[in-house]
Amino acid sequence: MSVFKDVGHLFRFAGLFVLAFLVFLVVRHYYVPKSFGQYGHYRGAAIGEIAQRPVKFAGHEACEACHSDVSDKKKAGKHAHVNCEACHGALASHVNHMMGTDTQVPKAGPGAPTQLADDPSLEKPVLPDTAVLCARCHTASAAKPKGFPQVDPASHSNGISCETCHNPHSPSMDAGGAK
Amino acid sequence: MKITRRQLMILLPAAAVAWESVLAGTPEDAPNYKKTDHWWGMLIDIPKCIGCGNCVRACQTENDVPDGFFRTWVERYHVSDWPMTESGPITPNPLIAPEVISPDGGKEGFPAATDESGKYFFVPKLCNHCADSPCTQVCPVGATFISPDGVVLVDQKYCLGCAYCVQACPYGCRYIHPTKEVADKCTLCYHRITKGMTTACCEACPTGARQLVDLKNPNDPIHAFLKTHSVQVLKPQMATGAKLFYNDLDGSVR
Repeated sequence: MSVFKDVGHLFRFAGLFVLAFLVFLVVRHYYVPKSFGQYGHYRGAAIGEIAQRPVKFAGHEACEACHSDVSDKKKAGKHAHVNCEACHGALASHVNHMMGTDTQVPKAGPGAPTQLADDPSLEKPVLPDTAVLCARCHTASAAKPKGFPQVDPASHSNGISCETCHNPHSPSMDAGGAK
Repeated sequence: MKITRRQLMILLPAAAVAWESVLAGTPEDAPNYKKTDHWWGMLIDIPKCIGCGNCVRACQTENDVPDGFFRTWVERYHVSDWPMTESGPITPNPLIAPEVISPDGGKEGFPAATDESGKYFFVPKLCNHCADSPCTQVCPVGATFISPDGVVLVDQKYCLGCAYCVQACPYGCRYIHPTKEVADKCTLCYHRITKGMTTACCEACPTGARQLVDLKNPNDPIHAFLKTHSVQVLKPQMATGAKLFYNDLDGSVR
């Protein structure tokens, strides 16, 4: 009596196994993204998607392309190393509006600019409030580096706004106030 | 040519695997940006940081970070003096028990410090973009990874939100996004640095305390800086290969 009397059962089982494997390969083909494993154990296309997110801070080079008068003044003063958007806030929407490149920014969905295209602040961004802005960096605190210029805002100016005496673009008193 | 059933059974799976790679093709890379030419990191110059919170606000604006969550934040350390008593030094050791505050991540700055004793300093924190990052190793689905240019990123379409990576990060730099319900973290402004711009936090820093560095660029000032300064990374004992370099980092920083 042979052990392999019903050997046909084994072949049928093996056939089923191969079939299941093929089904697995087909399903896998449709469910695993094409770029998975391109660079490693992850979806390579994700890198491109993350790189496509919209930019909000234009960078000081973009500002200087038009506002060279301000950047020249700033370069001569103590705020030379302070970039424009450190005080004025993110203004890529302004640059895009003025350069006519609004279309590069997606109009809807997450990450779209909150302002509408006819927002006047795109033409002329809102000036920062110096009372808040200057105090953020220059309010005296024992925690700040000793060499950093610090004042007590209440006693320093008696409520007079900072730009009466200091031009934020060149804050030395010799440079005069913002007028 | 005659193919037996046996040969067909062997050939079919092999053909299926091959076809898959044919379909994948060669994806186009971003123009003018070669991933293999860069290896990104950041330099934090602690003596320059004044704790204004500009970086935290800039990051929130640039990356739509929800309120109460932080891709970057600033901590203020206060290490007290060592007053000696008759019986010996006071405990605990101020170096191992510094007073650390970070109100709302330092987004609106810090309350003025009036206690002149001891020493103060600010420590901006963000993802260390580790070269051997623990967070990418624990992801069960391959949704977080180190890009070929050395940035730790999250594929938010693939992330399940299981938060293994949030627990794995020794620096506490990840969170689960409250509405997207996926892991979120600093991308080192990947959408900016691949366009030749610096990160939003570096752009907004008024004192130059943060500088984006490209370690593969031989002309990057980081190389000269590392030669001439005492630079440390956070938790070096964890061998994460952190690329967030801190100049003049105090031993009390955790």
